[in-house]
Amino acid sequence: MQVENKEWKPKIVAFCCNWCSYAGADLAGSSRLSYPAEVKIIRIPCSCRLNPTFILKAFQRGADGVILCGCHPGDCHYTSGNYFARRRMTTLFSMLNYLGIEKGRTRVEWVSAAEGARFSQVMNDFVKSITELGENRKLEDLRCKE
Amino acid sequence: MQGIEKAAKQRAEELLNSGEVARVIGWKEGDFSYDVSPATFTKENVQDFAYTPFCGANLSKYLIEESKKEGKTAVFLKPCDTYSFNQLCKEHRINRDNIYVVGIECDGKIDVDKIRVRGVDGILSASDDGENVAVNTLYGEKTLKREDLLLEKCRACKGKKHMVSDELIGEEKDDAPRPRFTMVEKLENMTEEERFAFWKKELSKCIRCNACRNVCPACSCVNCVFDNPASNIASKANADSFEEKLYHIIRAWHVAGRCTDCGECSRVCPQGIPLHLINRKFIKDMNGFYGEYQAGVNIEVNAPLNSYDVSDREPKDFDSKE
Repeated sequence: MQVENKEWKPKIVAFCCNWCSYAGADLAGSSRLSYPAEVKIIRIPCSCRLNPTFILKAFQRGADGVILCGCHPGDCHYTSGNYFARRRMTTLFSMLNYLGIEKGRTRVEWVSAAEGARFSQVMNDFVKSITELGENRKLEDLRCKE
Repeated sequence: MQGIEKAAKQRAEELLNSGEVARVIGWKEGDFSYDVSPATFTKENVQDFAYTPFCGANLSKYLIEESKKEGKTAVFLKPCDTYSFNQLCKEHRINRDNIYVVGIECDGKIDVDKIRVRGVDGILSASDDGENVAVNTLYGEKTLKREDLLLEKCRACKGKKHMVSDELIGEEKDDAPRPRFTMVEKLENMTEEERFAFWKKELSKCIRCNACRNVCPACSCVNCVFDNPASNIASKANADSFEEKLYHIIRAWHVAGRCTDCGECSRVCPQGIPLHLINRKFIKDMNGFYGEYQAGVNIEVNAPLNSYDVSDREPKDFDSKE
């Protein structure tokens, strides 16, 4: 049976660093804190593993928002990875906005392994703001749409 | 300018005939005198060497292959080309010991398309006296203001000083750098929707000929991400507007912090896309966020994306004015 007039729900891709934010998500789960099911988590070894192509490809395949979570600055498992990621994402987000992409579509948040509550709060907040922004129309690939 | 042109050719001949260098990289005129392309010269064909107001091409990228060959290679570099040369040295892409750099005076080069759009047809040759350009055509001579005809990259000239050279032909002037962020600022002041429309219009012209990538001195990877069959966008025309954006964002991103703003990408674009505006936005941002940095000046200093500071701004604050 097909359900019609389905309410639109955003698709969110969350890239989480293995050492902090992924563990933070785990803690949120084991603490029975909920975060929206629209968030799909992809584990990466470090926040600086995130290649900008990953973000663009996520948008191509239908994501409406992309968030990167990593260790707090100063706490990187590899000492300095998140500092590099911070510079990269700042310039990339600025470029996306320069090309006319909405500012809120991409976000970076620092979540430690002890911050399960913060993880859930960040994800709830991000999903809410993407829902307000609506569907990703500017970075979509029509061939990848259903 | 005439003197410099003769001196350059003479010097190329001298270098080859004395056996000091095995080859010279310079410019050669095509069937039409404005149709200038980079060329490698040996004793046999050095008579074709030309240095004219149309020699806009940056020759430094050719050194990657040429400097691997046996014997020395001489190269003629304009002031802006020496930035790219330095950047390639920094990245160990060229063998500096194998290269003899002849710095050559430049007063800005001319864009033949800018002559054409002014309704001048049948162009045969052009000579410039520093103020005006006398264009010799099939239908007589036309005089145009030189400033109007300059290549986009010359309109944002970084200065007339060579960053590196083994000898100099002509003189170095003490010109101040010209402002180059005017158009970037204009775009920044538009609304998101206007910017999106602007880039959609520009980038949809792209035919994915890859000329911008192939000419770029900073884009010199042996294996390029865009040649990877798994990338889905390897050497094929864009099928969706997304692919245009992906290609141009990633192309500019891969040279961010290493781009010397030599302007070759826009110069070679057959569709006239203002690609330099994407690169300059990265340069402007990084200057604003992480301090002034010009790639190709000092090969000891780390590029902004290769370094960090604990007090860097957060990504969400990219547009705050502080």
